[in-house]
Order: sequence, then structure tokens, then C-alpha cells
Amino acid sequence: MGDRNTMTKVEAVIQPSKLDAVKSGLLEIGIDGMTVLEARGHGRQKGHTEFYRGREYTVDLLPKIKIELVIVDERVEEVVKVISDAARTGKIGDGKIFLSKVEDVIRIRNDERGPNAL
Amino acid sequence: MHKFLVVLLVAVYLALLSASALAQSSAPVSTDKVAQLEASIAEAKSNADNAWMLVSSALVLMMTGPGLALFYGGLVRKKNVLSTMMQSFAMMALITLLWGIVIFSLAFAKGNSFIGGFQHLFLHGVGAAPDPDYAGTIPLQTFMVYQLMFAIITPALITGAFAERMKFSAMAVFLVLWTLIVYAPMAHMVWGKGGMLNAALGGRFPTLDFAGGTVVHITSGVSALVCALYLGKRIGYPTEVMPPHSVVLSFIGACLLWVGWFGFNAGSALSAGSLATSAFVATHFGAAAATIGWGAAEWIRNGKPSALGAISGAVAGLVAITPAAGFVSPMSAILIGLIAGVFCYFMVAKVKALFGYDDSLDAFGVHGAGGTLGAILTGIFASKLVNPIFKDAQGNALGSGVIDGNWHQLGNQLVGVLMAWGLAIVGTVVILFLVDKTIGLRVSEDHEVTGLDVTQHGEEGYSWETATR
Repeated sequence: MGDRNTMTKVEAVIQPSKLDAVKSGLLEIGIDGMTVLEARGHGRQKGHTEFYRGREYTVDLLPKIKIELVIVDERVEEVVKVISDAARTGKIGDGKIFLSKVEDVIRIRNDERGPNAL
Repeated sequence: MHKFLVVLLVAVYLALLSASALAQSSAPVSTDKVAQLEASIAEAKSNADNAWMLVSSALVLMMTGPGLALFYGGLVRKKNVLSTMMQSFAMMALITLLWGIVIFSLAFAKGNSFIGGFQHLFLHGVGAAPDPDYAGTIPLQTFMVYQLMFAIITPALITGAFAERMKFSAMAVFLVLWTLIVYAPMAHMVWGKGGMLNAALGGRFPTLDFAGGTVVHITSGVSALVCALYLGKRIGYPTEVMPPHSVVLSFIGACLLWVGWFGFNAGSALSAGSLATSAFVATHFGAAAATIGWGAAEWIRNGKPSALGAISGAVAGLVAITPAAGFVSPMSAILIGLIAGVFCYFMVAKVKALFGYDDSLDAFGVHGAGGTLGAILTGIFASKLVNPIFKDAQGNALGSGVIDGNWHQLGNQLVGVLMAWGLAIVGTVVILFLVDKTIGLRVSEDHEVTGLDVTQHGEEGYSWETATR
């Protein structure tokens, strides 16, 4: 079990329109496992107003895409660069990437553990 | 050229000769044959009218389900989509049975100036034979089922005012009683034999209401306002945001309403002739103009023309043109539509906020306000050239509305409008009070927060696979 704690979870919150670019960027460097979620959120980006029959609504939770993937530590910088290059427009609202340590990974099919299960 | 002309003339001469010879040689036509011919012509006309009226009946039913169910269903929050649709659908079942048992008779049997009698109880005497007072060319049974579809959509319209907070049981009892106590007398007064507002059968205050501006839209819209006031606001209104959960559903519903409305208005000609065409055209032009009216008002005020605004405008126009279709020209219909679009936008966007009532889906703002406006504008724009409904003793057409110089009609329209408002307010308050004191009107706070789909019906409109046995 010596190779535990050598994995990192990458959570990237990005603009929905950048999903394809990020996904194909990751595929190009050989990362093919990922989980994609439709999400809503906001940081510094302001929302917008909507009108329904004259009533004004401020929508401040905006549609986002969250990509989650777990990789071995050696690839972290490479993956971060691919994601930020592909998702960057330079404007507020481009999103964030969160990195965190992963204790362990278990492949449900055959109980494989650690980086081999990735 | 000359030669050709001569040949042509000779040919025509010969043709005429042979034709007259043929006529002389044919046998005299027997009176039997004439009667037979007349009967088959009458039958053909009756069949044509009946075909249109059956199609119209189906179109009007389509306005409630799926039209109104989708329109309203999209406007509520996700947790109340099924319960809202169910309220419309319940009317399709409940009112149908009651109509057959008693309400058709109360509305359309011969009675006094307020309410019909019991001659048609259990549809007694409602069969293939037409009733010439209503529609001489279609079976009374067709007329009965066509009118039923109006009685279904009218209470269903009210559900928009108390959406998202009324018990299903209370809703059902309230709307059944409402159809008996408010709808039946109003329909009788305006359309029934002996009704005091009936323009076609010589009522005391002949109100022009071609397809139900007073009977359907004022009664339902004003009752809706009473409901909104009596039940009170939804929890969280107006501070909490409650935008429509799917304008897409509402959009489809509104488009179905527009199409169904051709059955509603053009069908109200009760025949398939040129009057139906006239009502059809006025309906369409009114709806289009109101779409533009509402859309433009919104564009100017909010900077954007919304899809919800466009479809709301169309419905407002259809409401306002309902009493007028069949009496007004297409150009008058455009004017009525434009005014209705702007007026109803103002009612919904400004007046509602000003008074703070929670008419959740704007049943009053669109149907009550648009219906009242339409009824009054009908008195102005009704033209004898379109439909000579008033005649003197010699059968000459008299003026219909103000544009024909008949200012008097404006007064009659006001009587009709006031009757509808009065009956709707009094009837609705009394019934709401009774239901409130017996079974209670509103769901509990817990249930309202959870949503009516789960608490009233035990199901969800959009389920995620989390259910377990």
C-alpha cells in the first residue's frame, strides 16, 4: 500500500461552453476518465436579471460545468495547464480548479486499489 | 378572325336551339321530386354544419387539455406541475357528468330570465332533432356537447388564481358548485331561451357576446380575483422568487390555445357558413395584434421582448376578441387586439404589483381584465355589415355598435358586464365561504412547502430514479 496518497483529485468548475475544448484537451494527453456534472454557482461573476410578466428576478446562480477527475500526482501540473488553457477566456466567470489529495481509489469491478484502479 | 367569329356565333345559336328543345321534351317535375330534393339539400347542409361543430367541440376540449393544462403547468414551480395540470383535467371529467345530469338543462332549457328549467334533466329530449332557437341545422345533442366544452374550460381558467396552494378536494367541490351557481345562470342569461341578456332571442338588455366574453372570461376572471383575495398569498409571495418552471410547456400550451380558439369563436357561429369564417378571421387578427401589443409594451419597459410576454399577449387578445368575433371586421379586430395586449400587460405587470394580490398565474389580469375590455369594445366595434343581429319589424338591419351609430349598445354591454361581475363576486364569495367552513380551502403550510404533487397526489412530475419499493 506504499503508493497510497500519491493521487490528486482535480475539480474544475468551468463555463459550459468550454466543456468540449477541455474534454478534447484532456483526451489528447491521454486522460480519458472523468465525471462531468451540470452545476450552478457564482464567484465574483454577477448574475443577470430575468423578467416574467413584468416581475424582475435576479438570477445569480449561473449554469456551470464541473469536471472531476483523479490522477497520479506526476500529471497534475500538465492536467491543470490543459484545463486552464482550454477554459480561459480572460473574463470574470472562467471558473476555478481545485486540487485535493485522495486517500485511495477502489475499482468496484475487481477490488483493485490505488493508482492501478485509476 | 372574321370567319372564326361567324363560326362561333352559329355554334352558340345551335347550342341554344338544342337546349330549348331538350327542355320542352323533358317530363314535368313532380312535387314529390322537389320535396325529395329539398330534403336532401337540407340534409347536406345539416351534415356540413354538424361536421364543423363536432370538430369545433373537439378543438374547444383541446383548449383545456392539453392547452390550458400545459399553459398553467409551465407557469408554476416544478413541485406543483402535476397538481396544476390535474385541476384542468379534473374539470374535463367532473363537469362532463354534471352537465349531462343537470347543468345543461339549467343553462339552456326554457326558463325565466335568470336560469333555465329542468326539461333537459339527464339530457331528456336532447337528441338528433335540432332546436331552431339555438341552431336549426345541427342536432341538439351536438349543441349540447359543444356548450359542454365551454363549461369545462371556464372553471379550469379560475385555477390559475389559486395555483400552488388549494386542496384538490376543495378545488373540486368549489368548481363544481361554481359551475352550477355562477356559470349556469350566466350562460342562460346570455345564450339561453328567455335569458335577459340574450341578443339573438330578444332579451331585455341584449348583450353582444358572440363566444363568451362575459359568460366565460369575465365570470372566470373576476371569480379568480375573488379567490386570490380570499385564499391569500402563497407562502413567500412576493419576496421569494417563483419564476415559471418551464416556459417551454407554457409556450406549447398557448399555441394549442390559439388553434383551439378557432373552435371556440368560429364554432360559435353554430354553422359552417360565412359567419364562422368572419369569426375565425377576427379571432386570428385579434390574437396576432395583441401579441404585438403586449410584446411592444414589454420591449419598451424591460428592454427585451420575452417569449412568455408574446404568448400571454396572444391569449389576452384571444380573450378580448371572444365576445367581438362574429360581430366585427378584421381591421376592428386588430384594434381590439392591440388595445387588449397593452392593457392586459399593464394589468399583470403594474396593477397586480400595486395592489399586491397573488393572482398566481394571472387569471384575472388576462381573463377578467381582457374579457371586460373585450365586452365593452364589442359594443363599440360591432358592425351590422358583419352580422346584422338587430332587425326592425320589417327585417331591415339596425345598427349594432357605436360605429353603426348605436350608442345604446354600449349601455347594454355594460349591463352584461355588471351582471357578470356581480354574479361572479357574490357567487364565488358564498361558495368559498361554504367550502372553507366545511373542508377548508388551503393545504397545510408543510404541504405547500413540499409541493402539491407529492402531498395531494402522491407523485412527481419529474421523477429521478430514487423511488424504492
